[in-house]
Amino acid sequence: MERLPILKIGQMLLVSIQVDLRDDMVVALQEDLADRIVETGARGVVIDITALDIVDSFTGRMLATMAALSRVLDADTVVVGMRPAVAITLVELGLSLDGIKTALDVERGMRLLSLAGGSAR
Amino acid sequence: MTVQELPIAGDADVVRVRQAVRAAAVDAKLSLVDQTKLVTAASELARNTLTYGGGGGAVVEQVQNGLRKGVRAVFRDKGPGIADVAQALTDGFTSGSGMGLGLGGARRLVDEFAIETAPGDGTTVTVVKWAR
Amino acid sequence: MTSEPFGDLIDRCRAAEEDLVRRWRADVAASLRGRISEIELDKELREILDAVLSSMSAADGADTRSSAYGEVRALLVDLSRGRALQGFSPRETAISVFALKKAVRESVGVGPEFTAFSDVIDELGLFTFETYTKAREEVISNQAEQLLELATPVVKLWQGVVALPLVGTLDSARAQVVMEKLLQTLVDTGSEYAIIDITGVPAVDTQVAQHLLKTIVAARLMGAECIISGIRPQIAQTIVALGIEFGDIATKATLADALLLALGRIGVDVTAEMSKRGL
Repeated sequence: MERLPILKIGQMLLVSIQVDLRDDMVVALQEDLADRIVETGARGVVIDITALDIVDSFTGRMLATMAALSRVLDADTVVVGMRPAVAITLVELGLSLDGIKTALDVERGMRLLSLAGGSAR
Repeated sequence: MTVQELPIAGDADVVRVRQAVRAAAVDAKLSLVDQTKLVTAASELARNTLTYGGGGGAVVEQVQNGLRKGVRAVFRDKGPGIADVAQALTDGFTSGSGMGLGLGGARRLVDEFAIETAPGDGTTVTVVKWAR
Repeated sequence: MTSEPFGDLIDRCRAAEEDLVRRWRADVAASLRGRISEIELDKELREILDAVLSSMSAADGADTRSSAYGEVRALLVDLSRGRALQGFSPRETAISVFALKKAVRESVGVGPEFTAFSDVIDELGLFTFETYTKAREEVISNQAEQLLELATPVVKLWQGVVALPLVGTLDSARAQVVMEKLLQTLVDTGSEYAIIDITGVPAVDTQVAQHLLKTIVAARLMGAECIISGIRPQIAQTIVALGIEFGDIATKATLADALLLALGRIGVDVTAEMSKRGL
C-alpha cells in the first residue's frame, strides 16, 4: 500500500494529500503522523487538502483525530486549502470540525502555527 | 446513456465508485457543489456497503426527467440488513467507525433517497441528484 | 413510386408544388406579420415540404418517430428553436406546420389518403410544439442564471478583505448561488475576511438565515472569517424569534464598522495607510 509522505520543514510537519484517499491510507497516515511527531519533536502540523475533491465523514473524522492526537503530543494542527464545494458539503453533512484550525493555503497555515508559537492557543 | 455496474469489495472499490459517480455527475452537468455533494454521499454509502454489508455492488447511471438531467446511484449488499431504519438515519448513530453521519448525512446531500432493508435480507439504498 | 398509405398524394403534391408552397407561405406569412422575410420563409418551407414528401414516400407508414422522418424532425427542430429564440408565440410557430394541411387541401384536393397525410402533419405539429417548449424553457433558465450572476457582485475592499453587498429579497436558490460565489472569491483572491452586508435585504426567513450560517461555517472550514453588517431591526427580531444561534459570529451595524474590524484583525494601520497614499 502506498503511504502518504510526511515532510519536515523546520519545526513543522507537512502532509500534502495529492491522491484519491483510500480508507486504509488514512488509517496508516494517522499512525505515521503520531510516530513522526514524537520522532522529530515537531511543534506543528500542516495538512494540505487542496487537491482533495471530497472529504466524507470518514476523512473528516481522521482530520479531527489527527488534530486531537497531535494536541496530546504538544503539536498544533492546521488544515489548509479546503475547496469551497468541499466545505459546503461538509457543513451539509453535519461536520463542522470544531476545534480544528484552518487556513486558506500552506503559507498562511505555517504563519498561523508560528504565531501560535507551536502550542495550542 | 451508460449504466455502470461496479463491485464493492475493498477500499480501492470505494474510490472507483466515487470516480464513476463523479464522471456521471459531470456528464449530467451538475454544478460543482452538487457533484461534490453526490460524490460524498456515494462515498458514505459505498463504505456502508463494504463495512456493514460485507461488500456488494453499485449501479451508477444518468437519468432524465423532462429537461432535467440527474444521476442515480444504487448501492446493494446481501449483509445482515438494518433492523431499525429510523435509528440508522439519526445523526450520531453508528455501529462501527465513522462519525455516525453516514446514512443521515448522505440523505441530506441528495435530492431523492430510498432505503430497502430487512434483517437478514441485505440493504439497498438508492439516491438521485438532479441538476439545478 | 408511391407507398401504400398515401396513395398518389405525394406525386400530386410534387406536381402542384409551386401552387402548394405559394398558398402555404401566404398563410404562414399572414400569421407572422412580416417578422420573417418572404424569401427566408420560402426557403424554409420548401425545404420542409421536400423533406416531408421524401420521408412519406420512403416510410412504410405514418410513424413520424421512425428514422425515415429523421430529416423532417431535424428541420422542425431548427424551425421551432429559431421561432422560440426570436420570441414567436406557440401558435405562430405551430401554424408553420399545420397550415400545410390547408394548402394541400386547397391545392391538391381531398382524397381518401388525406387522413393518413393529416395524421402525419398532426404528429409533426405536436413535435414542433414540444421542441418549441423545450427551447423556451432553456431560454428562461439561462436568463434566470444570468440574473443571479448579475445580482451577486463580490467586491474586493482591501488586500485580504472582500465584501458581498446583498440587495433585494433573498430566496433560497439565490442565497445558495451568492454564498458559493463568495466562498470561491475567498480562494481566488486569497482573502481571509468576508463582509456580508445585508442592509439592502428587507427580510430573511429561516432557510435564508440557515444558508447564511452554513456559509459562515463553510468559510471557517476554509480558513476565512465572515462578518455580517447591516442587520435591520426586523431581521434581528426574526433571527431571535426563529431561535437561530449566531453564536460567536461577528456582527457590525454598518459596512464601515465591519471593514474597520477586518482591517484591525489583519493589522492594517489606517492612519499610516492614508499618509502613505497621500490622503
